[in-house]
This record gives sequence, C-alpha cells and structure tokens, in this order.
Amino acid sequence: MGLDNRARETGVSINPVAQESWVTTKLDFLVNWGRANSLWPMPFGTACCAIEFMATAASKFDLARFGMERMSFSPRQADVLICAGRVPFKLAPVIRRIWQQMPQPKWCISMGACASSGNGIFDNYAVVQGIDTIIPVDVYVPGCPPRPEALLYGIMMLQQKVMRERMADKSLRNEMEPDPRSQLYIPPERIDELSENFGNSVHQTRSGL
Amino acid sequence: MSDAPFTPVLAGYAAGSEQPAPVTPKNVPYHGGPTNPSAGALKARFGDAIVRVDVVWGETTVIVDRARVNEIVRWLHDDPQQRYDYCSDITAVEFRDLERPIEVVWHLRSIPFRRFLRLKTLLPKGQPLAVPSVYDIYRGADWLERECYDMFGIRFEGHPDLRRLLMWEQYKEGFPLRKDFPMRGRFSRSEQLRQALAQNPETRYSMEELSIAEAFEDLPADMRQRLGGGEKVGE
Repeated sequence: MGLDNRARETGVSINPVAQESWVTTKLDFLVNWGRANSLWPMPFGTACCAIEFMATAASKFDLARFGMERMSFSPRQADVLICAGRVPFKLAPVIRRIWQQMPQPKWCISMGACASSGNGIFDNYAVVQGIDTIIPVDVYVPGCPPRPEALLYGIMMLQQKVMRERMADKSLRNEMEPDPRSQLYIPPERIDELSENFGNSVHQTRSGL
Repeated sequence: MSDAPFTPVLAGYAAGSEQPAPVTPKNVPYHGGPTNPSAGALKARFGDAIVRVDVVWGETTVIVDRARVNEIVRWLHDDPQQRYDYCSDITAVEFRDLERPIEVVWHLRSIPFRRFLRLKTLLPKGQPLAVPSVYDIYRGADWLERECYDMFGIRFEGHPDLRRLLMWEQYKEGFPLRKDFPMRGRFSRSEQLRQALAQNPETRYSMEELSIAEAFEDLPADMRQRLGGGEKVGE
C-alpha cells in the first residue's frame, strides 16, 4: 500500500512479514499522509475551466483516485479551494469570504490562465488579474483551459507540497487578517453567522425539516 | 394568478390563417425592401414624432422623437392592429464620431402578427442622457434598462429602481461601454481591487431575504401549493 512505500522512501522502518499491528513513523509524516490523501475540494467554477474540472471529477479521469472523493460545496467542510475560471471584480469579495470561511488547514489551486493571471485577453476593467491578489495560491495550473491531466498533475503537486509540511512550522497556518479598522475586515462571528454549519441548507424547503 | 385555462398563443395567428408560414427570405437588399406596415401606421398616428423610417437588410427601423417614446411604445403595445407584446431588447449605441449622437434602441416583436420593429431615438452629445422608461408597459424592461444605465449612463425616466446591474452599486469609475472609458478602467489595479473588496454583497439583499423558507408566503399560489404538498417531504 501507499503507506508502506512512502514509509520506505522516508526511511521509516517497517517489517511487513512480522504481521504485527504497529508501525513507527513520524507524526508529521502520518498527519501529512492523511491530509494529502483526503483533500476535499471546494469547486469555485466560473467559466470554461469548470467544464474541464467536471470532466476531471467524472468517471473518465476520476478525481476520487486521489482521495478527492467528495466535492465539498460548503466551504466549512473543504480543504482545497479550486478556482476554475476568471473572477470578475464583483466576485472578489465572494471568493475572499469563501476563503475566510474554510477551516485550517486549507490550500488553493488556481486553475487556468484567467484565475492565475487574468489571461491577457481579459486585461480589462472588469476582471481580477490573478486571484493571488485576493487569496494565497499554492498551485497554479496553466492552460486555457487546462486538460484534466494538467489539473490532476497540479493536484499531485499539491499532495507533494502537503507531504513536505512540518507541524513545527507555524508560519504555514498564518492567515493575513485585514486591519479591523478597514472596510475589508469581517469579524469572525459575522462570518460564522453568514455560513452556518452545512451552509444554509437548513432553510431549504426541500430538506423536509 | 388567474384560474383561466391556459390557451397557447400561436405565432402569427392574428395575421390570418390563410397566410402561409414565413420562410427565411432570400436576396434581401441592403436598403429598401418591404417595410413593416407598422411604420406607416405610426406615421399616420404620430405624424412629426416619427423622424425617419429606414429599412436595412429587410428590418424596419423607426427613428422617433425622444419625448414621445413611452407614448409610441404604449400605442404599439395596446393597438389591436399592432400588438407588440414582446420587448426583446433595449440597448444603446455610441459611435466614435464625436458629432454623432448616441442612439437608444428598442427591439419590439409582435408575436400575433409575426412582426419585428426596431425603434431608435437620438441623444445628442452634450445634453443630459435621458429617455422615458417603458417599464410600465413591459416589466421585462426592468433589467434591460438597468443594464443600459449601468453601461452607458443613460437615465430611464420613470424606472422605479434605476441602479447598476452588472457592476456593483458603489462602482465609481463611470460607464464602461462609453467610448471615452479606458479599457482597463480609470483607477489603478490596486485601487480597483481595494474598492471591489470593500463592496458589501449583502447591502441590498440580506441572507434572510434570500432564504426560500422566509419567502414562502410571497411565492405564487401554484408554487406554494406544489412546495407545500408532496414535494416538501421528499428527501
């Protein structure tokens, strides 16, 4: 299994013949292994990249092979924000708020040229020139739109990045909070109020509650 | 909601059943060609309020006086010989030529008579850009007029809720589709981003307003009945 192989690569000793139910490893490795193989994506699809993202999630390319079994349509249960498509300025506060609603640890993949840089052809008054001006981005996937293989490669790069994280490094989880005096600041209780657990599905009449 | 039985409206039924269904015309001249009969009726009814009638590629364009737009559209909508019951688009055109006035365009369609009519009015540069609203005739003109205001800064007088539609409401840079608007906007990228992030998406619509359960009483009766009955318990 993956654990055995990775353990050998990182120099942790294990004797598979002994049939004993214990293993020695590093806590960092175990935690990162768990995180990297159960990333739940929060799809933020705004344009044609989202179509390729759907193709990636569907059976032909099958995102579930990489532990992304479930699309998390609520940011509260998500680990990776995948921004697929261009983001107009009117959506800038929305994606910022979604990012703030996601719990730590969290990562972000910027999929496609528009989300990464504005794509040149959208160098106009309405489009954000790269979402890294709004939220931190871990992996950029180039392409217009990228093929599913490219997105899968980006996801595997993110998994490698997660595997190299160390719990002792507190700076990884630093969130840049806006100045409370500025208009950009949203107090945490207001964010909680806006995004109750499991989104706002308790209000939907179809839930039968 | 009326309880009258729903009768489907067939396109062109008012023109008489002996008329064959129209086919796509061929060899249409650039100028000239058959004029929409509504143009003649408008000239007879409104006289000098009709500035000019053009037929371009088989489509009739009537240029009308700005002050009487609402009156003319209302007549086209109500008159039993016209029955323009569908307003498919409202937009504006600005030309690079500084002398040429801005045009506001209404696309009207008469489904019973199978007619298409384009109304235009001219707004000279240097004067306040304002035209009468047709919101009281077509409710569908609501967002069309708001978009036109958002992009061109043309005020539709009589619109009950004229504010920006595509850009956020606090947008300060002007009207993006005007020729004097730079493609990247007037402010620096950092200032644009700062202002965009400072907008509050919930200024007008709170989460409570958007919730379906809260709005249940405001829904139409038939939808209330469907949601309140069997579909509600389905998990």
